[in-house]
Amino acid sequence: MELFANQILAGIATGAIYACMALAVVMIYQAIDHLNFAQGEMAMFSTFVSWQLMQWGVPYWGAFVLTVAFSFAAGIAIERLLFKPLAKAPVLTNVAGFIALYAIINSVAGLIWDFTIKQYPTPFGSSPFLGSQLISTHQAGMIGITLLMLLLLFFFFRFTRVGLAMRAAASLPESARLVGINTSWMIALGWGMAAAIGSVAGMMIAPVVFLEPNMMLGVLIYGFAAAVLGGLSSPFGAVMGGFLVGIFENLVGTYIPGVGNELKLPIALALIIIVLVVKPAGLFGRAIVKRV
Amino acid sequence: MSAVEDVVTESPAVEAVPKRAMTLGYGTSLVVLAALIIIPLLVKNFIIFQMTMLLIYGLAVLALNILTGGSGQFSLGQSAFYAVGAYTSAILMEHAGMNYALTLPIAGIICFAFGFLFGQPALRLSGVYLALATFALATAMPQLLKLGYFEYWTGGVQGLVVTKPDAPFGLPMGQDMWLYYFTLVVTIAIYIASVNLLRSRSGRAFMAIRDNEIAASAMGVDVALYKTLAFGVSAGITGVAGGLGAIAVQFVAPDGYTITLAISLFLGMVVGGVGWLPGSIVGSAFIIFVPNIAEGISKGLSGAVFGVLLFLVIFLVPHGARQVAIIAQQLVAKLKKN
Amino acid sequence: MLSTLRIAAASAAVIAFAATSTAAFAQKKYDTGATDAEIKIGNIMPYSGPASAYGVIGKTEEAYFKMINDQGGINGRKVTFITYDDAYSPPKAVEQVRKLVESDEVLAVFNPLGTPSNTAIQKYLNAKKIPQLFVATGATKWNDPKNFPWTIGWQPSYQSEAQIYAKWLMKEKPGAKVAILYQNDDFGKDYLKGTKDGFGAKAASSIIMEESYEVSEPSIDGHIVKIKAANPDVLLIYATPKFAAQTIKKTAELGWKPLQIVTNVSISVGSVMQPAGFENAQGLLSAAYAKDGTDPQWAGDPGMKKWAAFVDKYMPGADKTDNGVVYGYGAAQTLAKVLEMCGNDLTRANLMKQAASLKDFTPDTLLPGVKINTSATDFAPIAQLQMQRFKGQKWELFGEIISGDVPSE
Repeated sequence: MELFANQILAGIATGAIYACMALAVVMIYQAIDHLNFAQGEMAMFSTFVSWQLMQWGVPYWGAFVLTVAFSFAAGIAIERLLFKPLAKAPVLTNVAGFIALYAIINSVAGLIWDFTIKQYPTPFGSSPFLGSQLISTHQAGMIGITLLMLLLLFFFFRFTRVGLAMRAAASLPESARLVGINTSWMIALGWGMAAAIGSVAGMMIAPVVFLEPNMMLGVLIYGFAAAVLGGLSSPFGAVMGGFLVGIFENLVGTYIPGVGNELKLPIALALIIIVLVVKPAGLFGRAIVKRV
Repeated sequence: MSAVEDVVTESPAVEAVPKRAMTLGYGTSLVVLAALIIIPLLVKNFIIFQMTMLLIYGLAVLALNILTGGSGQFSLGQSAFYAVGAYTSAILMEHAGMNYALTLPIAGIICFAFGFLFGQPALRLSGVYLALATFALATAMPQLLKLGYFEYWTGGVQGLVVTKPDAPFGLPMGQDMWLYYFTLVVTIAIYIASVNLLRSRSGRAFMAIRDNEIAASAMGVDVALYKTLAFGVSAGITGVAGGLGAIAVQFVAPDGYTITLAISLFLGMVVGGVGWLPGSIVGSAFIIFVPNIAEGISKGLSGAVFGVLLFLVIFLVPHGARQVAIIAQQLVAKLKKN
Repeated sequence: MLSTLRIAAASAAVIAFAATSTAAFAQKKYDTGATDAEIKIGNIMPYSGPASAYGVIGKTEEAYFKMINDQGGINGRKVTFITYDDAYSPPKAVEQVRKLVESDEVLAVFNPLGTPSNTAIQKYLNAKKIPQLFVATGATKWNDPKNFPWTIGWQPSYQSEAQIYAKWLMKEKPGAKVAILYQNDDFGKDYLKGTKDGFGAKAASSIIMEESYEVSEPSIDGHIVKIKAANPDVLLIYATPKFAAQTIKKTAELGWKPLQIVTNVSISVGSVMQPAGFENAQGLLSAAYAKDGTDPQWAGDPGMKKWAAFVDKYMPGADKTDNGVVYGYGAAQTLAKVLEMCGNDLTRANLMKQAASLKDFTPDTLLPGVKINTSATDFAPIAQLQMQRFKGQKWELFGEIISGDVPSE
């Protein structure tokens, strides 16, 4: 029983990593209606930028703010330079573009910062949280930051003009244009915000998994899974999805005899697919009505 | 959270390609065929090997093209079918001592069944959800292959070494050349069959589903059957390609069939032109040769150079090689007029 | 009987004479890939893809031969080092190696990386009788001169290293309960097998848990929690650097202090121990065969000084904490030595023969006392390791140098 409780706690701690990333995935999906395969790499690059700033002597929170600002600008720049010209190209061509972006960022980061792992600081410390050694203060801080971002996103989409305009632009672009929304810039803004959220995710994740160019490879797979499980239209769902996936895979690895440990990712993914078959819009997403 | 009523008018993920435009004219086909037959006689063995791989990946891209370009379903999991085909051939050859040529249809049938079954749950999923499901399949496959329970047959993490066949009937050609021509015959047969499939009643059903699923079902197309069938056919062809790949490379191991392969095949399809079958070979050439070119330009940044080249291609021709072919056709027509 | 002996003796004399005469008259013999001016060596490395971290080995080797060429080459010949990217994919490895052999026409393929890639090319190279020299993987199967006379290993095999740990544990910690965390691939499985073989009959009673993880997992915290629940006395960490560092850090965070042994793939002071936290790594055990580029105890070592000078001059900006730079230097130096031993007989057969005739050779980067020895029946060049314990900010060697050859099955 103690093992069970421990695995759930450890699952929540790992799930926080996925939740953080899933939030960035949902953000970009809200803006452009696709999953961006380069999302993880963009977050990794941002994290390296903040690391470099700290190496140059900038204090943690200074580097944090500068990195978020840089990522926001870089996200917009990437959209304007690389994806705006592809706006009229087929969807699958855009996906190929994401893959190209992935390859470029990964390779450049490897060249600049090498592939050895680097220690990344945490502002929260890593002592046990509330007496539990399973969740460190850093992981508790990460959960806190994730929830804070969730709250901010909620208010942004619900109560700000820009947020509403962005949602309108993503779901009904033509009608949005008719009411005077600049849909093209809404997409750019979405890229910027997704990159900014991704950078926060990267900076929160790096102290746990260590900083290196391939650090986001696995995180992104889990982040996608979490976002899809929770429902791509719901930031809240994405965060819950993250925690659920984390708990899921720990329990599978611990309690399914024989193959559980070796196959915990495939089993977790299979469970997600089963959920999707039953609830195609994810656990917390709204059902999509198709218009003929 | 919803203020706007959330109705999505989804434009089809894949645009309509008229079926005529999915193939090449007779003249062009003959030229390409002649080149494929003659070139190996003039080049080194290593180039012949590369050309064999070109055909094999071409087949795998073609299979994805039938699924995506034909029926509008998107898959990032083709590497899984490729792996099943490769292992089927390898295991039958090495454990059962079966002739390599006989293992291919078996690999195809097993993969067809596998794809058909996988198509069942996939029916309920579309767009990004289907992408995730197939992606999951691709990430799970290497882990399944190295599972301890199958280790006796699969060789586990160490993989299986496969014997390369000699030319039969004492034909005076090397192993590489024989395997090339063997692959060429298989490829042409599958290509012709695929073209005919897409021209048949089933092909029209695929395309009706691709263009508008609801309209297709209103017209009486059994959407569920044809969608799973498309998955099965695609998986079956990919399986044959995998089997050929195992024979050509002489080795199968979990590391050879990761998600990277699925992504490469996907890129091959986009570069070749979604829904344009002859583009498959162009796409295959892209995924084999462009990484080599990128590496030649810069070793440290080969990934970045590859990405930049890929961006260049999709900027210039967002519809892939198909677009080039159309432009060429128009030019020829213009020249003829003058 | 007598006559056969006499013939044998006579032919031996002829051979001996031939051998001396080659040296004396410097009769030049070449295979494809070697000329009066040049020796062409091929190599494949994962410069892109999931294993791109190892690409630095290839870059180091390229730089090393640039240095050799600047110093006048080997026996007056320049070494042309051609290295291609195989992206850690067996089909690509086959393609690139065939390109090296058939298009670039190299004399030999040197230090190709990864068990899957090497397995994929082994049959081809042996059929063509092209040396596959000093492969960059620790599987035991490279030491198999009978079946694969053209393939030779370099580093100590994973299995022999694991056996050393098992034997040390049986002697020093009899009755200890052991848990193993291993990477679920050829690397981790070899260690697992070596450990079990090392424990022999006691394997079942000693090893209470075998837990595997996948490289694609972002964090392995869940595994550590699970292992801790079984409460073993010893934790064997058969993991690559990132995961080894995570494990060392996580056990410390859990306030759990089992005896931990980490594979020598992950013992870099700069890129494993420091990120994991020196205070968390105290008391860690491992076995080593090479010096660590970031360990302060080698700062004054003449071999490592040469290494550092080489890195500064030929690889400016390279990350000295990266183990790959030490590894590539040692492997390249071994090849340079073998090429030198070949003299003017640069045939593939002689290259293989010389590679199998290394006697007490010590590259600059190996630990004092560790020597490279090969023979016609021993294709495992480095077979010695020494146990070490992490203390303060460096490794302290202890015990004797242990030889751990595992015959290939």
